[in-house]
Formats: sequence, C-alpha cells, structure tokens
Amino acid sequence: MPSRDFSRAFKTTMAATIRVKLFARYAEFVGTDEATVTVASPAKVGDVVARVRALPGGKDIPERPLVAVNLRQARWDAPVSAGDEIALLPPMSGG
Amino acid sequence: MYLTRDPISPGRLIAEVAAPHCGATCVFLGTVRDGPKDGGVTGIEYSAYEEMATAEFDRILGEARKQWPDCRVAVRHRLGLVPTEEASIGIAAAAPHRGEAFAACRYVIEEVKQRLPIWKKELRADGTATWVDPQGRPAMVGPESQR
Repeated sequence: MPSRDFSRAFKTTMAATIRVKLFARYAEFVGTDEATVTVASPAKVGDVVARVRALPGGKDIPERPLVAVNLRQARWDAPVSAGDEIALLPPMSGG
Repeated sequence: MYLTRDPISPGRLIAEVAAPHCGATCVFLGTVRDGPKDGGVTGIEYSAYEEMATAEFDRILGEARKQWPDCRVAVRHRLGLVPTEEASIGIAAAAPHRGEAFAACRYVIEEVKQRLPIWKKELRADGTATWVDPQGRPAMVGPESQR
C-alpha cells in the first residue's frame, strides 16, 4: 500500500487568525477600529479583505482598498501570516 | 517625533535643520483652509495610523537624504483638531543652495500627500463633519461613493 502524504491537505485546512486595523471611514462602516478574522492558511491580502467585507457594515469598504502589511503598503496577492499587522487604509488625505 | 497634537512651530523646525554648510532654508506650511467653495470649514480633525505614518516619514526623509545628501529636513504633522488658518503640516529643508532646498521640501510634501496614512474630516460651522477624499473634495459616506 503506497504511503500517502497528508501534508498538503493539512496545510490547506489550517486556519490563521488575523487582526485587522481599520481607520477613518472604514472604521465607521464596521463600527470598530480593529477586527479579528479567520482565514484559511496560507492566505493572501485579498483573502483577509474579503473576510473583513463580510462583517456587518463591511460591504461599504471597496472591493480593493489600500492595504498595509507590517506598516508598508502591500500588493493584493501579498502573503499574510498570523501575527502580521494588517491595516485597511481609506484614500489618504494627509498634509 | 513627526506627529504632534500641539501647534507646529516653524521656528523650531528651522532651528532643527540649521547648519553652517546650509545657505538656503525652505519652509512649507500646510494650513487649514476655508475657501469660498469649502462651505464654512471651522477646522479639520486629523487622524492617523500612527505607527505606519512614522515609518513612512522615516522612509520619505531617507529618500530625500539620498537624493540631496547635503540637505537637512525636519517635518511635523499635526493630529487632532486643527482650527482654520493653523498649520497641519510643517516642513523645513536646508541645503547649501536654494535649488536643493526647494526640491527637497517639495519632494517631502508631495510624497506625504501620496503615502502618509493620515485622514482628515472637515468640520463645518453648521455642525456637519465630512471625510475628505484625496482630491480635496468631500467624500460621500456610503456604498455609492465607492464606485
């Protein structure tokens, strides 16, 4: 009987708990400045945003907001791990 | 050190960049405006992702130092309620000659506008408050505004 490798299947069923910071109008939409979401691991920025948009009020956040990972703007397909600091950023208006 | 809830002192910024090798100092102040089309703005409430704003300021000033190595730059961004006419941002850039001083100062404010995670909410005399979008127009709050 051939040996079976479960590592791949196991990986896709692992879940990561991610804390997401929300600012300005996005915080007002969801009613909090920090949300916790669970995503299948390995996850990408887009997966986290989809979870946040599924929260009550989250639909008002655009489908593709600016996102920061660990204090830097990140691409949509950037990887996200538990422990990363994720933030959804409304259009910026400093200065 | 870049973010403050107190009024910005241009004199202090100038003192921070002063150096014997610098013969030109350029100062930029961004102030809260209530123009004819702004609808009675009494102040702007500034909020920030403070840790990222600090990291972004570090990066922007690092880039300026790389482009103009002899230039010295100091910057403050104010948070909280800033009344009309008061400064929300102050930048001082000192360099041996005016060309670099103007260029570095301009670089910092333009990058701030693009990259700094800071948001403003305009407060009006009629009691309304509106988030401002990056083009400077008030943004409607709600799904219609996201298209």
